[in-house]
Amino acid sequence: MSTSIDLLGRPAEDRRTGAGIDGMAAAELDRSDRLTALREGRLASIHSWELVTAVDGPGTRLTIFFAGCPLRCVYCHNPDTMEMRRGQDVELEEIERLLRRYRRVFRATGGGITLSGGEVLMQPAFARNVLRAAKELGIHTAIDTSGYLGAVAREEFLADVDLVLLDVKSGDEETYRALTGRDLQPTIDFGDRLARTGTAIWVRFVVVPEWTDAARNVELVADIVERWRDVVERVEVLPFHNMGQDKWDALGMEYRLRDAQPPSAETVERVRAQFRARGLTVH
Amino acid sequence: MSTATTDRPGTERTGGDAWAGFAPGPWQDAIDVRDFILRNYTPYEGDASFLAGPTAKTLRVWDRLERDYLSEERRRRVYDVDTTIPADIDAFGAGYISEDDDVIVGLQTDVPLKRAMMPSGGWRMVETAIKEAGKEPDPRIKEIFTRYRKTHNDGVFDIYTPRIRAARSSHIITGLPDAYGRGRIIGDYRRLALYGADFLIAEKKAAKDAVADQGFSEHWARYREEHAEQIRALGKLVTLGEIYGLDLRRPAATAQEAVQWTYMAYLASVKSQDGAAMSIGRLSAFLDVYIERDLAAGTLTESEAQEIIDALVIKLRIVRFLRTIDYDQIFSGDPYWATWSDAGFAEDGRPLVTKTSFRLLQTLRNLGPAPEPNITVFWDPSLPAGYKEFCSAISIETSSIQYESDSQIRDRWGDDAAIACCVSPMRVGKQMQFFGARVNAGKALLYAINGGRDEVTGKQVTEEGLHTPITGDGPLDFDEVWQRYEEMLDWVVGTYVEALNIIHYSHDRYAYESIEMALHDSEIVRTMGCGIAGLSIVADSLSAIRYAKVTPVRDETGLVVDYLTEGDFPRYGNDDDRADDIAATIVHTVMQKIAAIPMYREAIPTQSVLTITSNVVYGKATGSFPSGHRAGTPFSPGANPENGADTHGMVASMLSVGKLDYHDALDGISLTNTITPQGLGRTKDEQVTNLVGILDAGFLRDED
Repeated sequence: MSTSIDLLGRPAEDRRTGAGIDGMAAAELDRSDRLTALREGRLASIHSWELVTAVDGPGTRLTIFFAGCPLRCVYCHNPDTMEMRRGQDVELEEIERLLRRYRRVFRATGGGITLSGGEVLMQPAFARNVLRAAKELGIHTAIDTSGYLGAVAREEFLADVDLVLLDVKSGDEETYRALTGRDLQPTIDFGDRLARTGTAIWVRFVVVPEWTDAARNVELVADIVERWRDVVERVEVLPFHNMGQDKWDALGMEYRLRDAQPPSAETVERVRAQFRARGLTVH
Repeated sequence: MSTATTDRPGTERTGGDAWAGFAPGPWQDAIDVRDFILRNYTPYEGDASFLAGPTAKTLRVWDRLERDYLSEERRRRVYDVDTTIPADIDAFGAGYISEDDDVIVGLQTDVPLKRAMMPSGGWRMVETAIKEAGKEPDPRIKEIFTRYRKTHNDGVFDIYTPRIRAARSSHIITGLPDAYGRGRIIGDYRRLALYGADFLIAEKKAAKDAVADQGFSEHWARYREEHAEQIRALGKLVTLGEIYGLDLRRPAATAQEAVQWTYMAYLASVKSQDGAAMSIGRLSAFLDVYIERDLAAGTLTESEAQEIIDALVIKLRIVRFLRTIDYDQIFSGDPYWATWSDAGFAEDGRPLVTKTSFRLLQTLRNLGPAPEPNITVFWDPSLPAGYKEFCSAISIETSSIQYESDSQIRDRWGDDAAIACCVSPMRVGKQMQFFGARVNAGKALLYAINGGRDEVTGKQVTEEGLHTPITGDGPLDFDEVWQRYEEMLDWVVGTYVEALNIIHYSHDRYAYESIEMALHDSEIVRTMGCGIAGLSIVADSLSAIRYAKVTPVRDETGLVVDYLTEGDFPRYGNDDDRADDIAATIVHTVMQKIAAIPMYREAIPTQSVLTITSNVVYGKATGSFPSGHRAGTPFSPGANPENGADTHGMVASMLSVGKLDYHDALDGISLTNTITPQGLGRTKDEQVTNLVGILDAGFLRDED
């Protein structure tokens, strides 16, 4: 095979889900078997998977998007992952098969598996089994989470996690609630636990004009992140984009940020500078 | 005329001082450039820190070229055409870019970018191109090539069969080299530098005379006549050297001469042939031997070494052929594929990476990015890390590097193979390809469903009654469609290969590549490079027929003009075996059908999946598909998944493409990817590391 690679100068900050579970076999179980399998973590509702580079952790990663999320973020660009019922049933063996298949890719690229969503911690038994399987194969593991359900990730769960991509969506309780419909405190608690267990964190912060971009809000986020300074390897400041709009429309859901503009380059740079001022590595 | 140092080959084969300091070996007794390289080259495992920037002279020549010629050409499309002198190796006097232009000399005509007529391929193409360039052809030249001198194009159309004409005009077979030079032949241009023209002429004379007493046969006569042509061409090459004050009879004695001699041999070929791809071969390790020798002797500095390579690359960037606007559309511009193959491993396990491999990449920094020469790196995950990182960094900066799997090429074609055009590998100087353009495998599927009627024009293209259309209004049945597809492929492939045999028979007779073949062994391997377009569309369409529900939509005459596809189906390019296996089966089936047909000159049939540039033209002439591909829209390039169908990331699509069996497509499989540098990582270091990782992952072989 020959491959020629054109590199365009276009910035790409969008992180949309993959498109479906092509290449994974969808499971077909009767109702009681299905419930048992879900409870035992042998089955999960999966939105999609993708092999990606540089966005969900180091190297090239198999990112599994879990279906279902407890948050209702106004700027969500993957609203099709909010509800578990929109996913497709996938058995643990299928994920294990992909892990084995892509082991050589992970080895060549310094990559691994990332469990994302939706919210991976909505289906912790399955996630735990996937993480265990990955570690047994010597594969680097990451979870991408809001931390809201961090409490369900028990010690043995965290023992199999090499990296947490932790979304800190706002530093202010009120804003967090307005933005997500949920509380901020569980995320802080989860980060504190990670700092105690020494689990590496990449913090993500999305700059949404008029929602999260206020200097004061960023300072509050930075205050929180600083508590975890020993384990925070980088802070990724991501400009909000409107590329999720089509998904909201397709689902017939009301999109409150319709026609909202991405933040200006100056704003994004100012936010990055705020984190940088705390001595953090910022991208 | 000067006297050569080795004018009595056979008795004196020491190369004089030219070979001083080189490790001796079999290469001294008979032409064997590979042996010379392996005994003499120095692998380089370091990084790019030794490299030099452009010299003031390099920048002056490049600026002059840009200011006086390239910018003008962009404005006019064609800078100038010579309408009075048909091209040949020694047809034009000396020409220069500027008074500084003395590091590496030689132009195709007497002025940079001025194009020459090459009417042996066919007069009509030349006349059209001249008129499109705003000039009038010389009536005297026209008379010669329409009245007295038969062309390749005339020969082909004397022989073409009715079914070939039907297939051509309905565009199921397009882009055939029946009116232009076929290209895809790489002369071993290094031979001139290592041995000098006298040695090469003596070898060819000996080969010609070795069969003198064998008695007449057509094969024998052709062999002797072709050798006479080759010897004459080498004589013209010597004359070309004299025009520029160079004694090409003797071997090159310095690094500068090695580059100059090699370029002169290449220049002779682009002065006499306008093949669709005029690739230059695998030069870096060869030239590096000379550069290392001069550096060690203190007669050359790193800056001067870089200047020589920069000068060569400048010359390669200004090769031009007289093409028609139509031709430019098929090939999406004015490419001539001066592909320069590099890196990979020698069969003895040493990397064929030298400092000159770095110098070649450095030209992209010194001169800025450009499509020519088409730098093609033979990639292997175990290449030296410094080189891999430099490739990755230059890729990110310039987008101007192509990658091939070294182990696949080396296993099949050895460690001195090079790529002609974009993916076709061949042993340099020992093998040539009969270029076969490609057949529209996508359109063949629509013909299979319509019983050989064209879905765009409604015309019956295959012979009346030969193929039965699929009738009825119900959904398509996979087994039935596959059977009809196989039957249609028999016809399409049969017609296609018949055309190729005719074309290459005629090209050998009327537009023989004398100088390129003079730089080959006398006995060579020939391959017939067949190709297919539309792989992903057929794979996805067959997948839709198998896994979803596809109902044909007919016009009033019963012709299927569209498809209604309901439900999901797996698409090729997502590392999903269900669709990828269909793609692999298509490639395999076409290859089996090609291999069943006897080839002109006992050529070995091969296949490529590589339409890199002509997707728009193929798409235009083709209707809608069950996959959802719309009528008239461009095909995706090469073996790429359908545009937008690969939704699981670039590495997944690489793995899908990797499932196509290389043995079914020995002429090459291509995958074009577009990534943003930002999409590779947050910092330049991260981007470089991640691109190296992706390439390693894509070219790794299965462990099981």
